[in-house]
Amino acid sequence: MAVCIAVIAKENYPLYIRSVPTESELKFHYTVHTSLDVVDEKISAMGKALVDQRDLYLGLLYPTEDYKVYGYVTNSKVKFVMVVDSSNTALRDNEIRSMFRKLHNSYTDIMCNPFYNPGDRIHSRAFDNMVTSMMMQVC
Amino acid sequence: FFLQIMELCGATRLGYFGRSQFYIALKLVAVAQSGLPLRVESLNTVKDLPLPRFVVSKNEQESRHTALYSSDADNPASYSGVIPPPPGRIQVKKGSVSHDAVQQRTSTDQQESTSPVVSPQQSPPTSPHTWRKHNRHPSGGNNDRPLAGPGPFWAPFSEAQPGPSTTSDPIWSGHSPPPHQENWVSFADTPPTSALLAMHPASVQDQTTVRTVASATTANEIRRQSSSYDDPWKITDEQRQYYVNQFKTIQPDLNGFIPGSAAKEFFTKSKLPILELSHIWELSDFDKDGALTLDEFCAAFHLVVARKNGYDLPEKLPESLMPKLIDLEDSAEAGEQTGEVGYASSPAEAPPSKSPSMPSLNQTWPELNQSSEQWETFSERSSSSQTLTQFDSNIAPADPDTAIVHPVPIRMTPSKIHMQEMELKRTGSDHANPTSPLLVKPPDLPEENKMSSSVKYTAGNTVTDGYSSSDSYTSDPEQIGSTITRQRSHYLSECVSLAGQQQTGVVAYPPAVPPRPQPSQGPGPHVHRPVDAEGLIAHTSTSPQQIPEQPNFADFSQFEAFAVSGVNKDDDDEIETHSESLQVEKSSDSASSLRVAKADGRVEDKAPANVPTSTGKGTTPLAPPPKPIRRRLKSEDELRPEAEEHTQKTGVIAAVLASQPSIPRSVGKDKKAIQASIRRNKETNTVLARLNSELQQQLKDVLEERISLEVQLEQLRPFSHL
Repeated sequence: MAVCIAVIAKENYPLYIRSVPTESELKFHYTVHTSLDVVDEKISAMGKALVDQRDLYLGLLYPTEDYKVYGYVTNSKVKFVMVVDSSNTALRDNEIRSMFRKLHNSYTDIMCNPFYNPGDRIHSRAFDNMVTSMMMQVC
Repeated sequence: FFLQIMELCGATRLGYFGRSQFYIALKLVAVAQSGLPLRVESLNTVKDLPLPRFVVSKNEQESRHTALYSSDADNPASYSGVIPPPPGRIQVKKGSVSHDAVQQRTSTDQQESTSPVVSPQQSPPTSPHTWRKHNRHPSGGNNDRPLAGPGPFWAPFSEAQPGPSTTSDPIWSGHSPPPHQENWVSFADTPPTSALLAMHPASVQDQTTVRTVASATTANEIRRQSSSYDDPWKITDEQRQYYVNQFKTIQPDLNGFIPGSAAKEFFTKSKLPILELSHIWELSDFDKDGALTLDEFCAAFHLVVARKNGYDLPEKLPESLMPKLIDLEDSAEAGEQTGEVGYASSPAEAPPSKSPSMPSLNQTWPELNQSSEQWETFSERSSSSQTLTQFDSNIAPADPDTAIVHPVPIRMTPSKIHMQEMELKRTGSDHANPTSPLLVKPPDLPEENKMSSSVKYTAGNTVTDGYSSSDSYTSDPEQIGSTITRQRSHYLSECVSLAGQQQTGVVAYPPAVPPRPQPSQGPGPHVHRPVDAEGLIAHTSTSPQQIPEQPNFADFSQFEAFAVSGVNKDDDDEIETHSESLQVEKSSDSASSLRVAKADGRVEDKAPANVPTSTGKGTTPLAPPPKPIRRRLKSEDELRPEAEEHTQKTGVIAAVLASQPSIPRSVGKDKKAIQASIRRNKETNTVLARLNSELQQQLKDVLEERISLEVQLEQLRPFSHL
């Protein structure tokens, strides 16, 4: 039940960003942008252990009073950032992980599409459907 | 003019604008345009009939759509609606390119070709047009053909026309068939009605094969169209055949994949926007492997064709386009290809050889998981060195369902495997010869050998008999050993019979057997080695391993080392050394002397039966290591070997077992083998328990002997001290 989901490319530009309450979309964009610093920080911190058993799931990046930001990075430095509402029943870590796993799977499906050039904005309908299913149902 | 055309083409007669009628109407239009008198015969006589010039402008067609919509009334109205647009298109003729192409075509084409040339252009409008007609006639009323529907079709048609016309222009100059195909595809892709699709194949055939306006065919198609309204996304046989052909141009192997890059080029030629192509790919690449199988390719092609004809892409892959779910082993897939006629211009899309599907994470994970599970299972079930997993020709999973299916390894039951291995080894290394005589040699063995189906029970019985007989031989370790040997041989033979394999006396017991008997084979074995060797050779492995208590375990470890090395001769040496060591272990001098004699005898015996013993040695050494693995093996052999325990036998048997190479196991027999092995294991347990008690008694006897000997020695000592 995320509020905002974003896929950031390796060069830190967004490939896909979508928020549920579209009115505060800008705010979420900004949140995601700032959380990228935290993501990079975590990535560099893990650099010591190298890529041996690097956990793709970064966990809670940044909690605020309103929401929490979770991060997930792939081996190709593509980052998934998810903003969830704090007021929401505290989502278990496993749920977040599963959501990221689904994101990752959908992302790889997009990658397999030969018509998709890596680095393009993601326009896949399947991906959209999947993200919609994960978004919070805001009445 | 138009009315004349209508009459000529018989549209009024049929009451609707069938394809044939449409074709004829268009031809007549062309005739009229060229200024020739409108006569039916003019169609057939005019050779260089210029193609009716149709407007390619989208706007005009769209305007026509509205006009058509408004004119949606009855047939005459619809016809009039139909007729005006084409002539309008003709008048608005636009695109010198198309005109040039038309002229080019006309110049190059014969009359027959003109009709096909015309028909392709006709077909796009025809298809949506007719489709609309049929769509509006679900009730079957062919009279009413409101053209309300045609609106959207005209729009896609306009798209399709520029597409095909432009793309076909250069193509047509080079290849006449492709354009036809392309047009065919463009209109053939109107999926809504299977009848319509049926029409397409006919038209394709017309274009590609006969190149003649098969009015009869089209009439049939029309009839078919009106009769059935199938799944709009269904691919007709002709379409499928076309798709298959297209697939072949890219990938000669129908069972292979089209890599993403090749498919991308191919579909890009359809001039659809990349976004739509991307969506089509997402829909059609069912297993998300980045490559298209035949089914996927057909689905994708079909979707492209549909899209070109203006049908929106579905959100989900239609059922009729779903790739067939085939077993992984069966890589053959239905030859469904969404033939993209438009791209057929350059069939030189030779794929860079069949490339294995690029597994995506999604696909590989479940597959790998399953495969790993199966592998684990195999490793558990099969002795480490004895499992040969055979996989059917398994191509990377292309079907969604098959993605989860694993290659089915073919395994044989352990017992059978071992037996076969034993047999193979025996035969290979002249074991068969010695084994047979060996089998014959021990008279006792054959007697007790009960090759009955209920091996387990018989084994138990034989073991019991052996035990009873061994009791009488308690005082004589040799005899006991021989008894046990016989038991083992019986057990082995029974195991063989259980396995149902007629092996020449070589019982291939699962590796589990050797380990257990090996340790159990203690001091006794040496003495009985000669005899055991014979029986062991015949039965190998199992019995020696069935003696867990035997102190020869340590020696067997030596054998194991040798067995690992796989040197038969070493095994022989091992056995000899083993016997010697055993002799050393034996405390009783008499026993040791006996053993020495036996060892010699055994060596001698082993000389002729070198190979068998070596094999036995090989198995013996292997017994301990694979013991844990073999324990998991649930085969009859496991039960059997435990019943008989003699180090000698275990040594030989172990050697023999060691010689057993990995044998493929059949998955199908696993379950049965498991159950059978469970029973056998239980029986073996009981047998081993008895054997254990027997050996305990033997040990006591030996100890008593030792004590008595020591007492004698001490009695003699005082004399020496003196």
